Amino acid sequence: MELGRPNLEEFASTLIDLAQTDRDLLIVTGDSRGSGKLWPFAKAYPQQVVEVGIAEQNLVGIAAGLASTGKRVFAVSPACFLTARGLEQIKNDVAYSDNPVKLVGISAGVSYGALGSTHHSLHDYAVLRAINNLDIVAPADNFETREAIKAAATHPRPIYLRFGKKPMPHLHAPDTTFNIGKALTIQDGNDVTFIAIGEPVGRALAAAQRLEADGVRCRVISMHTLRPFDTETVLHAARNTSALVTVEEHSVYGGLGEACAATLMEHGIQLPFRIVGIPDEYTVTGSQFEIFDHYGINETGLAQTARQLLQVEPA
Amino acid sequence: MTEHELKQKSIAYRKTILTIINQCGAGHTGGSLSCVDILNVLYNAVMNVSPANFDDPNRDRYIQSKGHSVEALYTVLADRGFFPTSGLDTLNTYQSHFIGHPTRKIPGIEQNTGALGHGLPLAVGIALSAKLDERPYRVFTLLGDGELTEGSNWEASMTAAHYQLDNLIVIVDRNTLQITGPTEDVVALEPLASKFEAFGYAVRSCDGNDVGELQRTLSDVPFAPGKPSLLVANTVKGKGVSFIENQVGWHHHVPTADELTQALGELDRAQQLLKVG
Repeated sequence: MELGRPNLEEFASTLIDLAQTDRDLLIVTGDSRGSGKLWPFAKAYPQQVVEVGIAEQNLVGIAAGLASTGKRVFAVSPACFLTARGLEQIKNDVAYSDNPVKLVGISAGVSYGALGSTHHSLHDYAVLRAINNLDIVAPADNFETREAIKAAATHPRPIYLRFGKKPMPHLHAPDTTFNIGKALTIQDGNDVTFIAIGEPVGRALAAAQRLEADGVRCRVISMHTLRPFDTETVLHAARNTSALVTVEEHSVYGGLGEACAATLMEHGIQLPFRIVGIPDEYTVTGSQFEIFDHYGINETGLAQTARQLLQVEPA
Repeated sequence: MTEHELKQKSIAYRKTILTIINQCGAGHTGGSLSCVDILNVLYNAVMNVSPANFDDPNRDRYIQSKGHSVEALYTVLADRGFFPTSGLDTLNTYQSHFIGHPTRKIPGIEQNTGALGHGLPLAVGIALSAKLDERPYRVFTLLGDGELTEGSNWEASMTAAHYQLDNLIVIVDRNTLQITGPTEDVVALEPLASKFEAFGYAVRSCDGNDVGELQRTLSDVPFAPGKPSLLVANTVKGKGVSFIENQVGWHHHVPTADELTQALGELDRAQQLLKVG
C-alpha cells in the first residue's frame, strides 16, 4: 500500500482550499492550531480563526453560538479533551440545539500513544452514539479525510469527525465516490469480512491481503461513518461471508463492533463474529502503532482472528 | 413604553407565571419572579426583536442561561405575540413543545438551555459573529447567580474580554439565593462586581426589580466601548408576593390553589395601587 500523508495534514490543507471561496468558514481552536497543523490556515485567513485558549467547554459553546448565525464552524481540539471536557456542550449546545458545528477530534484514539490515557479517546464513539442528532465520521485515509471534510463543511446537521496524525496508506481507487453514511467496500470476498473504521482500516486490508495468500477471500469495508449507520452494507456482508471481524481504535464497548453486533442480532443473523479494539483494561504504554500491535490490531493479529473464526490454519 | 406601562406589565406577568406553574404542577417560581422585570424591560423597552423581525440576522438576541426560569420567558414571549397565550396551557404536558426549559421549538427562543453555565459561551459565539460580520445586533444573556460557580462562565468571560465584545450584555439575576440556600453560604461569590471587573467587563449594578432603573441602565449599553457589559441586577427571589419573597423553599415550590389565590390577591391590590398612583 502506498503511504500518503497524515490525515491531520489532509484535513488542514482541505480547510485552506475550502476557505478560499468561503469567508464564513471558521475554525475555533483551543490552543491547538499547532497540534492541528492549522498554522498555515491561520496565516492565510487570520480573520477566520477564533482562538479561545485551553477551554474546551467554552470552545464548543462558542462554536455553537457562531454556527447558529450561519457560520460554518470547525471546532478543533484533541479528541480526548473535546469529547470529554466538552461533552455537555456537545450534547446540549450542538446536538440538542441543532447548531451544525463540525466537531473535529484530532489525534484521536491512541494517537498520542505513550502520553497515556489522559490523552486517549477510546470513549468518543460510545458516548457520542448515545447523543441524538450528531453524525459521526472517522476517515481512514487521505481520500476519505478530504471528502469527509468537504462534505462536513456543508453538512446540515451537527457532525463529529476524528482522525490521527500518522501517515496513512492510500486505500481507494481513484474513481471512488464518498458519501457520509455509505460504507466503502475496498475489496470483495466471501470467506470473511473485515468491517473497520478509521485508521485501523489499512491494517485490516493488510490482513486481508495476507489471508488471500492462504486462499482466504476477504471483504474489507471501510465503515467511515458510525452514524448514520450503514446497516445495509453490514447485513449484506454478513449474509454473504462466513465470518465477520470488526476493527476499531476505540474501546470494544460502545463502538463499531457493538453497533454491528446489534444490527446482526436484530436481523436474526448469527455468524462467527469478533470485535477487535482496545480491551477493557489500563491501556498498555507505547506508540499508537505499538498499542495497535499489542492488541492485535495489525496484519498478523487480524489475520489470526479471522483464521480462528473460520477455523483454518495458516498455509 | 412608559415606566408606568412596564410596571403594569410586570404585575400581569407575575400573575401569569404563578397561574401556569400552579396549572401544570411544576416550575421554578422564585427565580421566575426575580427575573421577570429584567425580561419585561428587555423585550418591551430595550431589545430590537419581535415576531416580525425574528428572521432578521440583525435582530438583537436573548439567551437565557438560567433556563429553569422559563415560565418568565414563556410569559413575556407570549405577551409579545411570539405565540398564542393558549400555548402556555400546555406547559409540561405530554407531547407539548413547552417543556420546563427553553427550547428553539418555541417561537422567539434562540437556543436550548437548561444545563447551567451554557448561556454565556453561546452568547459569546453569537456576539463574535456580529463582530466578524460587522452586524449591529447586541446579545443579551441572563445568568443566575447560583450558576456562577460553573467554570464555563469564566472561560467565556475571558474570551469576551479578549475579543472586546462590547455588543455582549451579561445580566446577573442577583437574587442571592440558590436551591441549597444563600449563595454566600453555598460558595461565596462576593466580591462579585470586582471579579467581573477583573475579567474585563464594564460593570454596573442596579435594582433588578425596578423597571425604570433597568430601562435606564440597559439603554446605556455598552457601558464602556471595547468591553463587554455586565449588569449585576440586584433582585429579590420571589419578588412581588409577600410570602414567596426571599424564601429558599420557593425555588421550585409550586403554589397550591390557596397560595395562588392569596398571591393573585396581593398582585390585584398592587395593580389597583398602580392605577391609583
